[in-house]
Amino acid sequence: MRRDKSTLFLLACLLWAPLLWAAPGKIPDGAHLYARNCAACHGEDGSGGIGVPLSLPSFQATVDDAYLRRTIRLGRPGRVMPAFTQLSDAEVDAIVAHLRSWHKGKTPVFDRRPIKGDASRGEMLFGRYCAGCHGAKGEGSHGTGVTFSRPRDLPIMPPALNNAGYLASASDAQIKNTLIRGREGTPMVAFKQRGLSDKDLDDIVAFIRSQEKTAAGRAATAHDAEPPVFVVDSPYDLPTTVENVKRAATSNNFVFIREQTLDAGIAPEGRENPRQHIVYFCNFGMLNQALAIDPRVGLFLPCRITVVEHEGKVRMMTINPKRLSRIFNNSELDEMCDQMTRHYLAIMEEAAL
Amino acid sequence: MKRVWLWCLFLFVVAVGAARADELMIVRSAQNFEEAMSTLQAAIAARGYKVGKVQRVDVGLEAKGYKTDRYRVVFFGKPGEMETLAARHPQLIPYLPLNVVIFAEESQTIVTTARPGVFKTFFPEPELAPVFDRWEQDLAAILDEVRQTR
Repeated sequence: MRRDKSTLFLLACLLWAPLLWAAPGKIPDGAHLYARNCAACHGEDGSGGIGVPLSLPSFQATVDDAYLRRTIRLGRPGRVMPAFTQLSDAEVDAIVAHLRSWHKGKTPVFDRRPIKGDASRGEMLFGRYCAGCHGAKGEGSHGTGVTFSRPRDLPIMPPALNNAGYLASASDAQIKNTLIRGREGTPMVAFKQRGLSDKDLDDIVAFIRSQEKTAAGRAATAHDAEPPVFVVDSPYDLPTTVENVKRAATSNNFVFIREQTLDAGIAPEGRENPRQHIVYFCNFGMLNQALAIDPRVGLFLPCRITVVEHEGKVRMMTINPKRLSRIFNNSELDEMCDQMTRHYLAIMEEAAL
Repeated sequence: MKRVWLWCLFLFVVAVGAARADELMIVRSAQNFEEAMSTLQAAIAARGYKVGKVQRVDVGLEAKGYKTDRYRVVFFGKPGEMETLAARHPQLIPYLPLNVVIFAEESQTIVTTARPGVFKTFFPEPELAPVFDRWEQDLAAILDEVRQTR
């Protein structure tokens, strides 16, 4: 009985905690939160960039607040947009209110009840009308948007409609409404005007919704078991190992860039540690490809292997790109990271031969 | 009722899958690239770090015939701290020095770095946790300064 009371008390505390956090005097500033968490990708004024142009009138007119809240909370797994799990409910509401300050019209509210339709027929219609932009299964366009060396004339990248985060955020009624009205200012056309019937639209919605069965599986990432670093022992002394790394990088189609001590430019001149050397190298084709997929990938750059002499042993060390790739939340990068991991291991193994 | 449970299960799976996705710190500066770079370096120095190297990425790409924009990786650290960490925790060496990526987006600039809190899952040694917390605090302040400077 006593245990039940303490459990109830604990539950009550947990339920009240968010309300206490959002007590008067602590009203979150939506504009500040937006600037800190969203503006980098969506633009200071919501005009877009890496992310969707949130201030676009046709976007504002076709999404409801529930969609915005869930999108902030759940993100788009594997599609760059992170899940902002650290924000309180009050902070999420404040961001949504800030987004709505750009909208002059009436805020839509969509029914969350499912729409019934023929998903098989919807797949056929989706293939004919939607797949050109959104991909055969609604997987969306490649890349992250208007960034780095990409052309800057596209205002928006066709989103992944089969994404678990999208499907959990958008109601059937909202998807149907977007199909009916389109999104002016983007390549998304109004399909009602193109002659599609109400039943056609219901069937397309049913097909998109049917992707939920497979989308959920894609939500989880599988890199947590990977080690954060790779370490390979070298049978040679430090200068020979450094030379071996340079040679092995070249034979693996990389260009040697430079060699320096780990603390070069940071430790006072002449007091750098000579037993810790970084060898930098680059494959420019791969670099360009990676930056086109996601410009934030520079955190990996340039490719490097550190050669360290510690307690009489010489070791080669590097980051594990597969482990680090998770932080980008970009499934397109995963393949490149696998490739880079294989290169790092091949170079270090060759240098240790 | 079954449908409600299935919907809850789907939301739960999505939430779990995306739970730790916010692992990058990224801000936009209204300053142009050169100004933002100058603000960034000053903000780094103001917190006791020393910039060791500014790596140009665009120049190598241009030389190979690729269309690029202004793009740099800024490496920085604290001399004493780097020495101690490398000696006591050599597994951290591949992640040293700290780095921040800065690149132009038309007339504005994007600055991004890995959230140091992420390293706690990579290197769970308790004595490293305060180091990662301090880096995160410093980087948040540096990025805030870049974002707010006009």
